[in-house]
Amino acid sequence: MDKDKKLIDENSAPEIESALENTSTADTDTPLDKNIKLMSPTQMVVRRFFRSKLSIIGLIMVISLFIFSFLGPLFYTKWGEIELDESGQIEYTSETVQITTEDGKTVTVKQTVERKLKDNFLAPPSSEHILGTDNEGYDIFVRLMYGGRISLTVSFIAVFVITILGVVLGGIAGYFGGVIDNVIMRICDVLMCLPGIPILLIISTLLDAANVDAKYRIYLLMIYLTLFSWPGTARLVRGQILSLREQEYMVAAEAMGYSTGRKIFKHLVPNVMPQLIVQMSLSLGSMILYEATLSYLNLGVKPPYAAWGTMINIISTNTDILQNHFNVWGPAGICIVIAVLGFNFVGDGLRDALDPKMRR
Amino acid sequence: MLKYILKRIGLSIVILVGVSMIIYFLIRLMPVDFIQDKINAINQGGATVDEETVKTMYEMYGLGDNSFRGILEGYFNWLGQLAQGNLGRSFKTNEPVADVIVSHMGVSFAVSLIATIIEFMIAIPLGITAATHQYSLRDYIVTIFVMVGISLPSFYFGQVLKDLFAYKLGWFPSQGLVNAGGSATGIALLPEYFMHMFLPILTVVILSIGGRMRMTRTNMLEVMNSDYIRTARAKGLGEHKVIYKHAFRNTLIPIVTTLAGLLPSLFSGAIITEQVFGLPGIGNVALELMNCGDIPFIMGYNMFLAMLSVIGVLLSDLMYAVVDPRVKLD
Repeated sequence: MDKDKKLIDENSAPEIESALENTSTADTDTPLDKNIKLMSPTQMVVRRFFRSKLSIIGLIMVISLFIFSFLGPLFYTKWGEIELDESGQIEYTSETVQITTEDGKTVTVKQTVERKLKDNFLAPPSSEHILGTDNEGYDIFVRLMYGGRISLTVSFIAVFVITILGVVLGGIAGYFGGVIDNVIMRICDVLMCLPGIPILLIISTLLDAANVDAKYRIYLLMIYLTLFSWPGTARLVRGQILSLREQEYMVAAEAMGYSTGRKIFKHLVPNVMPQLIVQMSLSLGSMILYEATLSYLNLGVKPPYAAWGTMINIISTNTDILQNHFNVWGPAGICIVIAVLGFNFVGDGLRDALDPKMRR
Repeated sequence: MLKYILKRIGLSIVILVGVSMIIYFLIRLMPVDFIQDKINAINQGGATVDEETVKTMYEMYGLGDNSFRGILEGYFNWLGQLAQGNLGRSFKTNEPVADVIVSHMGVSFAVSLIATIIEFMIAIPLGITAATHQYSLRDYIVTIFVMVGISLPSFYFGQVLKDLFAYKLGWFPSQGLVNAGGSATGIALLPEYFMHMFLPILTVVILSIGGRMRMTRTNMLEVMNSDYIRTARAKGLGEHKVIYKHAFRNTLIPIVTTLAGLLPSLFSGAIITEQVFGLPGIGNVALELMNCGDIPFIMGYNMFLAMLSVIGVLLSDLMYAVVDPRVKLD
């Protein structure tokens, strides 16, 4: 009995079934539910997910970045995103000037000029500025938080739109087949052959021509990006639906006379969800990279607003900052790596947890 | 087989026409006075844009005529020129676009080719050990290393390498392809090229090794679970023979097909890496020209990239049919 129990705790579905048979024949006195702990598929997935250390690390990375960027600015209100530190140091320059007075004498005067530098730029890390200030005099620590808000929001929106487009178009293609399938798949082929960054360069020029506000630029750019990026998801959904369509339960659904919409969205799509969730968490990572690259190329979020990529952009022209002020551009890159790595770990963990073949 | 190849080529042409439509209509969305502004900006920047070039461009793309018929005529006119291999003249360099692409392609190709060879040489053995020692410490270390590689943004990692090896340690030059003021020619240039290309290649290799390694690992795991591997073990074959003679040869199918698909993309250039290290490759030049709104170049370069990826898909499909006898052609 004890051995059975242990076995059930450690393993998943098939073992539970065989254990069920064993207990019911061997020991009829005790009720079933006292001897075994039944787990729903979701519980098993959660359990398998948390068994992997990498997925836990990934989850912690992602959650802490979220807290940092969305809650951080509420508690650390010393500086704003576009608030300059104008407490520049006082600089003295002295020079000797020769003045000819009215009566023809020449007097040498030492003149000292007191000049206040307007902004406190490139300040080293201190209690005033946790990570120092950048070349304009903005607080880097605070800009990291605001940059994180943009990067995370934008990538979530993009992945959300991509998934919806992919599920709808892939679902339609897979379910109906024939001409519709052919047309949608050819559109996918075409979109997959479009070069990513160059096309976004064109679209960015179009946004320039339309005089789009710097604040909304990146959102529009990412929305356009989604229009070119849904084919991956659509292919995945279509492939799954093509194989699921032949299953017995679909014949049953047909026999019950269910409507097409119900068959697609209640019977087929939920079965694609595991792969879809994995795809979504992995593409969150790649969308963050995309957004950062666009901002780095100065196509996305433009100064004075902050994004992680924008904060690194400065070193492509300014080698002094690259060499001597790591605190200006380093932390932003570390944030990008943490975000992408976190989503990749979570996605990988989910893939292993959701795939019944990956059981250990 | 011939029928299959012809069918695939026909499909590729259809895809290319689709791509050309999207690129053309994206360009047509640009307001004409905006294009004029961009030309003026280039003029002010020192270079002079030939009036003749601009006029030919307007004619070639049918710009300025925004009626439905005008757009259609412009598109087919451009497509006709394209089919004859005429990509137009670049504003900024005042050379034919095709010449600009061809003259800068070599550097990009050299970097990508060397990087790809190194990448495969490292990634495949790593993938195999990770798969054969699944869930061991070795698997974890390789996986973590690889994941960090995938997650690095190329511009950030490139700059870190540049800062460290070029500025702090001074081992490698930071910019360009040849030493500034150097007088070496011919064969003597090779070591110079090598020194300048080392860091870009390192960046590309570290960033791309992860994907390749994971692909190898997944395929290897799949093969290792199949029946004929169990049979091979049951026969009493040594582990080395099982892995390299039975399992690895079957993972070669996806490796070879992706390699075939990768070949054309070697010419396309790595925009970000080339920009970071100031390499005069096609990606860097493209970024510069696209930023100043060089329309003939933008259209030509995008078509060039699309063509490369269409050829890539075609090659990998054909390769798949060749190496895997189980694939039925329809």
